[in-house]
Amino acid sequence: MIKLLEARGVGKRFGGLTALSDVSLTINKGEVYGLIGPNGAGKTTFFNVLTGAYIPDDGEFVFNGTELPTGKPHLVVQQGIARTFQNIRLFGQLTALENVMAGHHIRTKAGLWGILIQSKHAIEEERLTTERAFELLKYVGIERFAHTICKSLSYGDQRRLEIARALASEPQLLALDEPAAGMNATETGQLKVLIEQIRRDGITVLLIEHDVKLVMGLCDRVAVLDFGKKIAEDVPAVVQKNDAVISAYLGGPKHAH
Amino acid sequence: MNELIEAVPFLGKRNPKLTKWLIIILALVAPLIAAYFGRSWMRILDFALLYMMLALGLNLVVGFAGLLDLGYIAFYAVGAYTWAFLASPHFGVHMPFWIVLPLGAAFAALAGIILGFPVLRLRGDYLAIVTLGFGEIVRIFMNNLNHPVNITNGPQGINALDSLNLFGWNLSQSLSFGDFKIHYLYLYYYFFLLCVVGSIIFIKRLQISRVGRAWAAMRDDELAAKAIGINVRNMKLLAFSLGATFGGVAGGLFGSFQGFVSPESFSLMESIAVLTMVVFGGMGNIAGAIVGALALTALPEILRNIALPVQEALFGTVILDPEVLRMLLLSLAMILMMLLRPAGLVPAHARYSRPELLKGGA
Repeated sequence: MIKLLEARGVGKRFGGLTALSDVSLTINKGEVYGLIGPNGAGKTTFFNVLTGAYIPDDGEFVFNGTELPTGKPHLVVQQGIARTFQNIRLFGQLTALENVMAGHHIRTKAGLWGILIQSKHAIEEERLTTERAFELLKYVGIERFAHTICKSLSYGDQRRLEIARALASEPQLLALDEPAAGMNATETGQLKVLIEQIRRDGITVLLIEHDVKLVMGLCDRVAVLDFGKKIAEDVPAVVQKNDAVISAYLGGPKHAH
Repeated sequence: MNELIEAVPFLGKRNPKLTKWLIIILALVAPLIAAYFGRSWMRILDFALLYMMLALGLNLVVGFAGLLDLGYIAFYAVGAYTWAFLASPHFGVHMPFWIVLPLGAAFAALAGIILGFPVLRLRGDYLAIVTLGFGEIVRIFMNNLNHPVNITNGPQGINALDSLNLFGWNLSQSLSFGDFKIHYLYLYYYFFLLCVVGSIIFIKRLQISRVGRAWAAMRDDELAAKAIGINVRNMKLLAFSLGATFGGVAGGLFGSFQGFVSPESFSLMESIAVLTMVVFGGMGNIAGAIVGALALTALPEILRNIALPVQEALFGTVILDPEVLRMLLLSLAMILMMLLRPAGLVPAHARYSRPELLKGGA
């Protein structure tokens, strides 16, 4: 097993509220790693700290053996971590294709001058970006909507588009924040197929999800957060039987005041 | 160009080729038509082209990058005063245009970055207020920098600016071949037209590049733009400085054309007028900026020419001053616009990818 991402004692506080405390976990290359927990457990905060949107108060992330920069989202993407959002955040006035092309930004280099004089390099790069965007739309199955303004896509297709946009940055780790939220059973089933495909293509997936069936069926390992602390980490079958997890979800002696 | 063609009602979609040629011919013969109505109309046409450059530059900041800038005229001022300092008897310096114009553009770009840094975290209304303040600061500086050391000559402004001299060919002198004379206003018109066409090509190329997409992404959702790896800080600074560059060039041309600059020309009202052009035409697309600039420079003049005689005929005297009328009509136009066509005269169908590459895929 090769370690891809290691969180070491990550903590984040908002004023008096401790959103994350001393969270350590390791994600191996090629696996689908689930992050679950009740509402407000700190899952999304973990995502935000990981991707540089927030600066952690304690701890650090080591990705591929190097420490990740904090508070610099674009550098994190450069290192190879891409994310999607819990509430879909697409670029409303762009077409599906352009959304994906924008996602490729970090892997292109054409400078102002190259663009102004339309240098060979800039045009070639643009051609590759367009080609790659078409491929990715096909990959997630929405190529027929390439020239549709993304706002008019259906909910499930917008989710897919967001994944395609994240993949356009050529990540090694794809972090999905509740990708199945608001999807019906059919759409969730298709999503599962897509995530399995992504894993087969060698991209490690970090998944926050509420849909227990999806998590249990898809993830190689699962970590459970509760009140900002990691209370369990194991293969899904074991986590399901963990007393701490059951009491976190259903309420138990631990929560009695 | 295609956007502009599509913007032409009826004909644009049915016969784009014919429309294209019509636009080109119209752009070329416009001064001849204007001359028929008198010299003042040619001047207005020249100014319309300057405003087009300003609107194009501001559209880049407001329409593409989504940064509401109410102090845009400051960059115009920087360009114009650069020309005044380096090409007038004021300091006795007379540099050629190919030094002064780029310098003016560079100073304006620098001013754009200076404005950009403190406002990186601001958005919407807050950004508008700070940029508005910036515009006023620049104007007030120009107004007061005549004491203790006289730099800008204060409210009197600087006059007798050098005119545009293209390698020995002075654009302010009418060209004559024997009996055939070409008035200098024509020369300026075609030179400005060239500048506007150049600006359009530059901006179009940016729009369909990775930079244009990054701006659009940042405008539509800043957080998501960061999350897909766009360096939002750099992109904002780039937008401010590039937008300012166009303002700076237009300012330099304005100085050379007018031969006189004073702080009065760079008031808040001017910033708002340029912004109105962008909004009126349709934010976020090049054709909108052009149509807006043309409409809002020409309309008030046309109405003024009609309103004065009408008032005299009806009441015997002029009751409403043309300048008052101009603002009144501008606001009226804006209100009607918001009610009838909230997306502007030419609603944005701006695309951010190269059309010739799109056919292959889907």
